[in-house]
Amino acid sequence: MRIECPICGSRERREFYYQGADGMIARPDPDAGGEVWHAYLHLRDNPAGETRDLWYHEGGCGAWIVVTRNTVTHEVLGTRLASDAREAAS
Amino acid sequence: MRFSGLRILREGLTGNKGWTPHWRDPEPKAEYDAIIIGGGGHGLATAYYLAKNHGLTNIAVLEKGYLGGGNVGRNTTIVRANYMLDGNSQFYSHSLKLWENLEQELNYNVMLSQRGHLMLCHSDGQRDAYARRGNMMHSQGDTDAELLDRDGVRRILPYLDYDNTRFPIYGGLMHWRAGSARHDAVAWGFARGADARGVDLIQQCEVTGIDIEDGKVTGVQTTRGAIRSRKVGIVVAGRSGQVAAMAGMTLPIESHVLQAFVTEGLKPVINHVVSFGMGHFYISQSDKGGLVFGGDLDFYASYAQRGNMPMMEHVMEAGMTLMPMIGKSKVLRSWGGIMDMTPDGSPIIDKTETEGLFINCGWCYGGFKAVPGSGYSFAHLMARDEHHAPAAKFRMDRFRTGYGLMDEEATGAQHNLH
Repeated sequence: MRIECPICGSRERREFYYQGADGMIARPDPDAGGEVWHAYLHLRDNPAGETRDLWYHEGGCGAWIVVTRNTVTHEVLGTRLASDAREAAS
Repeated sequence: MRFSGLRILREGLTGNKGWTPHWRDPEPKAEYDAIIIGGGGHGLATAYYLAKNHGLTNIAVLEKGYLGGGNVGRNTTIVRANYMLDGNSQFYSHSLKLWENLEQELNYNVMLSQRGHLMLCHSDGQRDAYARRGNMMHSQGDTDAELLDRDGVRRILPYLDYDNTRFPIYGGLMHWRAGSARHDAVAWGFARGADARGVDLIQQCEVTGIDIEDGKVTGVQTTRGAIRSRKVGIVVAGRSGQVAAMAGMTLPIESHVLQAFVTEGLKPVINHVVSFGMGHFYISQSDKGGLVFGGDLDFYASYAQRGNMPMMEHVMEAGMTLMPMIGKSKVLRSWGGIMDMTPDGSPIIDKTETEGLFINCGWCYGGFKAVPGSGYSFAHLMARDEHHAPAAKFRMDRFRTGYGLMDEEATGAQHNLH
C-alpha cells in the first residue's frame, strides 16, 4: 500500500502511523458532555467500503493526513492535509 | 452417526461407504424461537448450547457464506486462559474447562493438544508483570501457571536465541494446560451437534435487515426471504458494524485485518505454543508439521481478508530474532481474518436497546479460544435474558460509563492497539 502525502508525494505505508477514523479531527468541546465524548472516543461507523481515516507521516514530514480509501480493496482514493480538512469542515 | 475407533475400523474395512453428511441443508422456515446471525465458531457454539442447555431446538443459524468460513477458519488455533483482569479471567478459565471436555461433549475430534503456552519475558519489568499474571491465574484456580527462569526455559526450548543482545530471554510464564486445536473441526463439531438437536443451519442466507416494532425485534429479512423470531443474536465478528447498523446501532468497534502464516510441513521441532514478549510473534507447530505463526494487526481499518507486505516482513523478522532455526523453512500460505477490535481489547456479550436483540462481538484477535465459552454464555443470556456469571462483565455500556473496562495491555482507548 502506498499513500500520497500532500507534501512528500507517494510514499510507502511503512512511513505512516495509523490513528483511526477521521472523526478524531473534530475534537469535542471539553464541556460537550459524556455522550459526545463517548461517541468521539469509542463509537465507529466502521464502513466496509469507502472510508476516511487519519494517518500521521511520522517517517517523513510529520504531517497529519486524511486518507480516503476503500477498506475492502485497500485502494487509496485520495489524500489531503488534516489541517485543510479541518478548515473545510469548520 | 456416532464416531468411535471401532466405527473407523469398520468403515475402513468396508470401503468407507457408511459415512453420512454431518448436517442437513434445510430450507428456512417462516418462524423460529430464536435466530443466530452468523455461522462461525461462536454462532454455532451458541446454537449448540441453546439447544443442549436450554432446550431451544426450534432455532436457526443464518450464514451468508458457508459454515466456519470466517475467523474460525482463519486463525492460529491457540487455546489458552492466561488472562489477568477480573471479567476476562473467569471467562477464559471457564472456556478452557469446556475445551478440555469438548471432544467427549461433541463426540468429535477437535484435536485439542494441551502442549503448553509459554510467554517469554525480556526484562525485569516484564518478568514482574508475568509473575503477577501467573499469581492472578492461580487465584482464579488455574494452577498450571508456572514462572520459569532463563535456565528453565532453556531446558524445554533449547532452540531460542538466548544471546540476543537487544532482547535477552529472562524467562517466561508457562501455562501448561494451554495449547492448540483443529480450528475447522471445532466449527464442524458444534455444527453437527446443533444439527443433531434439531437446529437448522442455513447457509448462503445473508441477513439484509432486522425487523423491529415498538422497540422489540420481530424477525429478519434475508436473501432467502423474511424469517420471524422474537429472539435474534448477532454473532458476526468483523461484520458486526454492518449488521448492528440494521438495528440502528453504532458500535464501539473498528474492523482490522490480522494475518497469519504457515510453512511447509517439517519434522517436530516446536513442541509448545511460544510467544515472543518483545515482538508480538507467536508460533506453534501443527500436527501436519507446518509452523503456524502470526503477529500484529496490519493496524489500519480493513475488511479485506488479506494483509500487506510490511506486516508480513515484520512478523518474519520477529520470528527470526527469536528462533533463527526457522529461517530456512518456506512459507506455504498466508491469510487474513477480520478482527472486531474494541477500545479496551475485551469482548461484548450483551443485550441491546432493542428487546429480544442480543449481540456477541468485539473478540479482537482472541476469539478462537473463546468459542465454547462464548457460545455457552451467549446462549445463557439469550435463553434466560440474564447474564451468565463468567461473562457478566462483557457489557457494552462499560465504554459509556468508564466502569469495568478490561484493558489487559493498558494501551488506552484506541481500537487498533489491543
